[in-house]
Amino acid sequence: MQSLTTRSKVASNKKMTFVEKLYLPAILGGMRITLNHFFKKKVTISYPEQTRPMAPVYRGQHVLKRDENGAERCTACGLCAVACPAEAITMTAAERKPGEEALYREEKYASVYEINMLRCIFCGLCEEACPKEAIFLTDRIIDSGYLRKSFIFGKDILVDPLDKPIDVSVRETKETREFKTHPEFAHNKLNTKSLK
Amino acid sequence: MTLSLFIIYKAVLVILVFLISLVIAMYSTYAERKVAAFMQDRIGPNRAGPFGLLQPVADGVKMFMKEEIIPQVSNKFLFILGPSVAMFTSCITGAVIPWGTSLHIAGHDFALQVTDINIGILYVMAVTSIGVYGIMIGGWASNNKYSLLGALRASSQMISYEVAMGLAIIALVMTTGTLSLKGIAAAQTGWHWNIVYQPLGFLIFIICAFAETNRTPFDLPESDSELIGGYHTEYSSMKLGFYLFAEYINMFISSAIMSTLYFGGYNMPFIGRLGLSPNTMAILGVVFLFAKIFFFIFFFMWVRWTIPRFRFDQLMNLGWKILIPLSIFNMAITGFIILVLHK
Ligand code: SF4
Ligand code: SF4
Repeated sequence: MQSLTTRSKVASNKKMTFVEKLYLPAILGGMRITLNHFFKKKVTISYPEQTRPMAPVYRGQHVLKRDENGAERCTACGLCAVACPAEAITMTAAERKPGEEALYREEKYASVYEINMLRCIFCGLCEEACPKEAIFLTDRIIDSGYLRKSFIFGKDILVDPLDKPIDVSVRETKETREFKTHPEFAHNKLNTKSLK
Repeated sequence: MTLSLFIIYKAVLVILVFLISLVIAMYSTYAERKVAAFMQDRIGPNRAGPFGLLQPVADGVKMFMKEEIIPQVSNKFLFILGPSVAMFTSCITGAVIPWGTSLHIAGHDFALQVTDINIGILYVMAVTSIGVYGIMIGGWASNNKYSLLGALRASSQMISYEVAMGLAIIALVMTTGTLSLKGIAAAQTGWHWNIVYQPLGFLIFIICAFAETNRTPFDLPESDSELIGGYHTEYSSMKLGFYLFAEYINMFISSAIMSTLYFGGYNMPFIGRLGLSPNTMAILGVVFLFAKIFFFIFFFMWVRWTIPRFRFDQLMNLGWKILIPLSIFNMAITGFIILVLHK
């Protein structure tokens, strides 16, 4: 039979030789190995002081971006919710009233937008589906909490803060934007134009 | 020496030995975790205090704060008696160990040994045999099949390995000619350590010591993976703490006994040539003894984090079919050599 790895060993029930029966050589060999490890470099990362390097495209907590004028980009089209394999996103749409142009970019906006972070698998499909470049995943880690309730993130947490916008330039690279202008995504064209 | 001085001196010594055993047992738990971590390429506890040095204190506080549970169906008296016996017996063994020679202060001679009974070794063997009652009573009183199995394993293991241990010691006693630990330690000046004369005896002794202290690879009485903690499955709070503590004290005491019996006790080669005053020598002796003890404690841990547990039939095989014949052989050889040398 072909072995799956190069490290597999054939097990046998052969009688142990006298030296093997003494156990002591094997025990000493084992103790040498453990002593070697005693002086090896430790692999532990002391977490709060030290953190692991994160991948530049790490997918963590979502952000709902605003456009360059500070108006929310999301138009409550629901494509993210449809794309979401975990069915984590729910929203309620509302119509923009006159005078709210500075708040919402499109005529229809999401009055409620919730992502259940316990359901979310951080696949990033919502980000891919969004025609308005509104939702992005960031490198922020979701905090732990005591209540299930606390993991349903509403607009208060998700929407980009006005004073210090969250940088998503890593995920919104030129290549990404170019990719989204592909003829296959022609329906996006109109919308991506308004983006810088 | 007046009687009152004698009593004060002995009391101080007893309390000192007691405290040292406790502190060492306490920090053995810390050392165990550190050694385990280092051998597994980890760091180990390092949050409580500098380098995690307050970890044992935190553990102790935790043990005291835990809810005390006594199973309803168990015999309450025996249930409490178990850990008490285990703790008591492991604490009183330290009485016969010579921690050093003696200090001369103000014309008095203060031997650094609580009591030098002329059958020191027998005393140690007897007390450790009582120690198994702590485990047995605890396991029996728990009224739990896992506890009972653990207790049964502990007692059968003790009985099997005590035989080989005793036979190994007999060979040692044949060469030293005394049963007093003080006499044995004093005879091993310079390089005349007993390990040189009794290498096989030492090997048997150390294997049995592992079995007697229930340390891996012979930790079958507790084996958490099969018996969920064995004899102390039902125990909680400080009563569990006592069992675990007793085990660490036992480890310390058996390290001390191994150092005394086979590794010269407080003796160190060449130290006599430095021409130091007797008092300095005595203090240095204590330091040497503790260095040896710490090495053995480390050795216990080193083995624990290297070797997997024996199967029970393998354990019995090793005890009865290998160690006992081997120790009888060792005894015969020793007797033969003594006979030849003294002809
Ligand atoms: S990251 Fe994936 S799972 Fe999470 S909300 Fe977006 S689409 Fe759903
Ligand atoms: S896909 Fe984009 S625009 Fe549509 S609802 Fe989701 S976030 Fe809003």
